[in-house]
Amino acid sequence: MSEQLAIELEGIDKRFGAVQANKDINLKVKKGSIHGIVGENGAGKSTLMSILYGFYHADGGEIRIDGKTVTIASSQAAIALGIGMVHQHFMLVENFTVLENVILGAEGGARLSKGIGRARAELKRLAADYDLKVDPDAITGDLPVGLQQRVEILKALFRGADILILDEPTGVLTPPEADHLFRILRVLRDEGKTVLLITHKLREIMAVTDEVSVMRRGEMVATRETSKTSMGELAELMVGRRVLLDVEKTPAQPGAPFLSVEGLNVRDARGVDVVKDVSFEVRAGEIVGIAGVSGNGQSELLEAIAGIRPARSGVVTIDGTRIDLAAARRDPAEIRSYGLAHVPEDRHRMGLVTRFHEYENAILGYHRDPACGRGAFLDLDAIRATARAGIEKYDIRPPDCALKTANFSGGNQQKIVLAREIERDPAVLLVGQPTRGVDIGAIEFIHKRLVALRDAGKAVLLVSVELDEVRALADRVLVMFDGRVVGERAPETAESELGLLMAGATQEAAE
Amino acid sequence: MTAGQMPRWADYILMPAINVAAAFFVSGLVVLAIGENPIDAVRILVWGAFGWNEGIGFTLFYATNFIFTGLAVAVAFHASLFNIGGEGQAYIGGLGVAFACLALDRFVPWWVTLPFAVAGAAAFGAAWAYIPAVLQAKRGSHVVITTIMFNFIAASLMVYLLVNVMAKEGSMQPETRTFEDGGRLPLLDTILPGVDFGSAPANLSFVLALIACVFTWVLIWRTKLGYEIRTFGANQTAAVYAGISPVRITVITMLISGAMAGMMAVNEIMGSQHRLLIEFVSGYGFVGIAVALMGRSHPLGILFAALLFGMLYQGGAELAFEMPAITRDMIVVIQALVILFAGALEHMFRPALIKLFGVLSAPATRPA
Repeated sequence: MSEQLAIELEGIDKRFGAVQANKDINLKVKKGSIHGIVGENGAGKSTLMSILYGFYHADGGEIRIDGKTVTIASSQAAIALGIGMVHQHFMLVENFTVLENVILGAEGGARLSKGIGRARAELKRLAADYDLKVDPDAITGDLPVGLQQRVEILKALFRGADILILDEPTGVLTPPEADHLFRILRVLRDEGKTVLLITHKLREIMAVTDEVSVMRRGEMVATRETSKTSMGELAELMVGRRVLLDVEKTPAQPGAPFLSVEGLNVRDARGVDVVKDVSFEVRAGEIVGIAGVSGNGQSELLEAIAGIRPARSGVVTIDGTRIDLAAARRDPAEIRSYGLAHVPEDRHRMGLVTRFHEYENAILGYHRDPACGRGAFLDLDAIRATARAGIEKYDIRPPDCALKTANFSGGNQQKIVLAREIERDPAVLLVGQPTRGVDIGAIEFIHKRLVALRDAGKAVLLVSVELDEVRALADRVLVMFDGRVVGERAPETAESELGLLMAGATQEAAE
Repeated sequence: MTAGQMPRWADYILMPAINVAAAFFVSGLVVLAIGENPIDAVRILVWGAFGWNEGIGFTLFYATNFIFTGLAVAVAFHASLFNIGGEGQAYIGGLGVAFACLALDRFVPWWVTLPFAVAGAAAFGAAWAYIPAVLQAKRGSHVVITTIMFNFIAASLMVYLLVNVMAKEGSMQPETRTFEDGGRLPLLDTILPGVDFGSAPANLSFVLALIACVFTWVLIWRTKLGYEIRTFGANQTAAVYAGISPVRITVITMLISGAMAGMMAVNEIMGSQHRLLIEFVSGYGFVGIAVALMGRSHPLGILFAALLFGMLYQGGAELAFEMPAITRDMIVVIQALVILFAGALEHMFRPALIKLFGVLSAPATRPA
């Protein structure tokens, strides 16, 4: 372990229009180390990494890789310098197979078949070495988010990167999956590779990094040796104040069942049964959390209840209205009208139209309401007033409802979705990954809102791959494995027991 | 991250202006290369289109066609549908106009025929877009492929009808009989006092086209249907989440698009030719794609783009007449350059312009 530097950044500046995303950034990353970069959403972490990976050009400053000053004009240049990146929002061609995605940009000659053959062998080796199993012939878009991320990691590894940048890699992973990833990262480090880990989860920083740098509002505010700092200190550096990581709530007062699901079966586009005979109830005034490793049917469960995904069979009852999900005409708008609101797992793909103004997203799914205008027309004044009320109540920043939604940070985008779904006073709220890619300040706020909704006597169904989050928020925990609900536990149940359930341990024992 | 870095006026006005300037610059080089003076050429072109009354009349007449076909493409664009079947939809729309005019022209004045002609044009144009729309919505057959094939089907169908079914008795011409006064729209200069467009066929359809612009603007930005169209166009998954049926939106959008294209026939058939004849669309449907691109799918932009193309058509004809070295084909080259720069290379100057505005808007705000 020498003191040789793999990456050295000096005085990096980047400005988007009026927004200074990176201000005079200095960073030294030692070769063969795992270096964490933490900061709230919008602190400029992703921008900095995009500069390093050649997506953006810095307005000023110098980049040195292995001591040599370089200009990184494109991602190809970055790859040539041995930099690999796993993005927060995946850069995958959805209708390519896993194998095709992995070799994309590294096809190796004009004849594809040769490259594919080599890639298949290499992929097999990587899968074995790092236990990153993915069907190389599956269509990437059909894979659940967790598996898509594995493809991203494989892609970088396939290119033999010396410096690996991971942008919020554990956002979609369960604790065991994250631990698995960290094992891989340690192996890579021990082989002399350099890992840059971008995250806002302090626990991960403490668990895996050697050094950590903290960003706030576009500036690099501190670099610490991980062993000589604490989560408390890092959190303070990130937000400039102490934050409460626990959720305060009183015991639940469950009432009548507001949501009941009976015999739900879902088959996906590949013909695989992804939800198998699932039945449960959520009562008024309680939060039911669904824990499970990503890709065990939770996403499909939510989408089927909301009427977005076809079900093979199953009946849901929402606030007294029975709906046969297998009926020919499923209409998310109709189901919504019975009092069901839905915060989808992936706000970019489903929950928002990012190129719309904020106020246009504030009515998505509710645009046919008379409140949005009578008859065929939109009442823009009323819509903007609603949007502004949401912005105020949910502290959405910047407080400008005419701003394009893409220009809000992740946490604020999530608040836009939450404001829209919660403020219509639904009887039932479905929430998927409410705090994925959201900064600490916003997490706290979102958790409080969900608890407040429960205390107002509503039923909340929470799906999250953050076991901490499920345990902190839920009054009852259902564990899903391989499309089935394999157990119900109290949230106080030990993490290890829940982990075993999530890994399907009891099911194997039963068979 | 790239959007929203420029003020809107730059996006809608400055960008197209720069693109057109670039197209004219390259055209100037071409004119130079064949030994003519490009400054003179531009002078003749602009004068030919706007310098005299008859020229203005022709420019407005051509622009009317481009407004309808441009709006047709734009409406579909908002739903991320690429309707390149405007040519065929306009052609079939001519049938609707002709049926109305042939049925009524001998019995009622033009203003009674007009609503039937407009409705006929819209209905026939929409019907021609309906089949590709349903194939796209329910079977996933791409509208680009099906609409372009429907252009050919429309052409063959019209030849058959005009030769074998609708042709005037005893005539070898593939066209219907000429409409009487009840099937003819008044010329613009007979409505507007103190204006004389000479022999130019600019007619009441221009007003109809302006109404169509306002209609499109209201539809897209002020109605719930327009909101659904834009949502579907921007993010189909979010549209499904919001309870917007992809099938319904695809079909409705294509129907509106086809109706817009079909209405182009009112201008040509009822406003100018006064009979249904073969190949009256002659490329307006295709140029509508360039008009929509250049107008950024906004009705106001389309109005200006349509006027520009009207100017190129009319001024170009004058230019070919005044400068013998510049043939009809050279005019097509110039038009093609405008299409190239405004359509295909639409974003070429964008990064530079964004940089420029980044430098100009110095006041710093905190990152969000």
